[in-house]
Amino acid sequence: MSGKKKDEIIYDHNNDGIDRRGFLKCMAWAGTGAFCVIQGGVLKSYALSRMPEMNPTDTMGELSFVQISDSHMGFNKPANPDVAATLKVAVDKINALPTAPEFMLHTGDISHLSKPEEFDTVDQILKGAKPRDVFYVPGEHDVLNDDGKQFLDRYGKASKGGGWYSFDKKGVHFIGLVNVMNLKAGGLGTLGHEQLEWMEDDVKHLKSSTPIVVFAHIPLWSVYPEWGWGTEDSAQALAYLKKFGSVTVLNGHIHQTLQKVEGNVTFHTAASTAFPQPQPGKADSPGPMKVAAEQLRSVLGITDVNYVQGQHALAVVDSTLA
Amino acid sequence: MRRSVFVVVAGAFLAIGFVASVEGRRGFAFSAQDKTSTTEVKIDNFSFGPAALTVTVGSTLTWINRDDIPHTVVSTDDPKTFKSKVLDTDEKFSFTFTKAGTFPYFCSIHPKMTGKVIVQ
Repeated sequence: MSGKKKDEIIYDHNNDGIDRRGFLKCMAWAGTGAFCVIQGGVLKSYALSRMPEMNPTDTMGELSFVQISDSHMGFNKPANPDVAATLKVAVDKINALPTAPEFMLHTGDISHLSKPEEFDTVDQILKGAKPRDVFYVPGEHDVLNDDGKQFLDRYGKASKGGGWYSFDKKGVHFIGLVNVMNLKAGGLGTLGHEQLEWMEDDVKHLKSSTPIVVFAHIPLWSVYPEWGWGTEDSAQALAYLKKFGSVTVLNGHIHQTLQKVEGNVTFHTAASTAFPQPQPGKADSPGPMKVAAEQLRSVLGITDVNYVQGQHALAVVDSTLA
Repeated sequence: MRRSVFVVVAGAFLAIGFVASVEGRRGFAFSAQDKTSTTEVKIDNFSFGPAALTVTVGSTLTWINRDDIPHTVVSTDDPKTFKSKVLDTDEKFSFTFTKAGTFPYFCSIHPKMTGKVIVQ
């Protein structure tokens, strides 16, 4: 990956720390993981290996939560024949965090084949995590064969129509979106008219100083459309969030951590707890990446997010399961 | 295993050859139909292979998933002419085309995966 500019961490050293016309992007890759702090719209990124140099208070705040993603319960092929074991390691990592997270977000692909026993296993393992509450959005693997009926029965009781919902925690407004339903041939993830209308209405009355966290399975930005890694109508959703000073978008689906800052919006994708996928365009297809058994846990991970009131931003920290 | 399959196939060709020599063109017609009725579309590396296929009316196509990831085979028309359940690795889906026409299809999980069947 050396020599390719798009894969490097690009900093803007101008006075405001961010190039608002373009974007600032950092990519954490296999075995490294990234520690990212966003303060006043400026993103600072450190390799996990530099974590010991960090001041631990930088990750403290009024609100702390964890994002996990793509547990793919039921997957049993190389490089990970035991995705239950790696999910348990993720839970151990969460339980060992210095700041106990208040809740968890699961950004989809809970199951591999939408089988009831796969969901049951994940539910059972996540009961071992200190945070009691888990907020879910579906991945395409969770809505197979039944248009998401089972998913909604299990996790979507409080949600609107197709599974979308919002809630508030300590002044932060969270919006869970569904972009894995009614996918069209040749297309990308889709939010759809009904959900977009709901979202516009949902944020209309919020103060522009309210920090917003949007979470959905497929990235809400164009990571790599050739592999379907993007959402057709995400621009419309993001347009509703223009007035807000701090917007964080958390996604899964691509089984690797990837970040981008564009204006007031920080995009972040989480690692999978099950298996890694190749970097965009770096393989013939986005199929599972096979890695040596001893490397597996270094390419899986969890994401820890802290919100510090008054700092106007959220700190996003990735850690591997190694 | 492979050797015994070869023997059976060779035997079948001999039989076809025999029919052809006795019944002329009808033998070849049988041979051509036999070819289309066993047509298989392989799903591999997030793509359908071959992505476009021409078959005769009455042909049965079988899709087989050789990927590590589940896929589906769903026609893009409405109502759907064909729609498979989710196919895990090595699972198959078959459909017999009884009408002429062009049938575009895709994987409803990974919609970038598209293919088409032309039935003549």
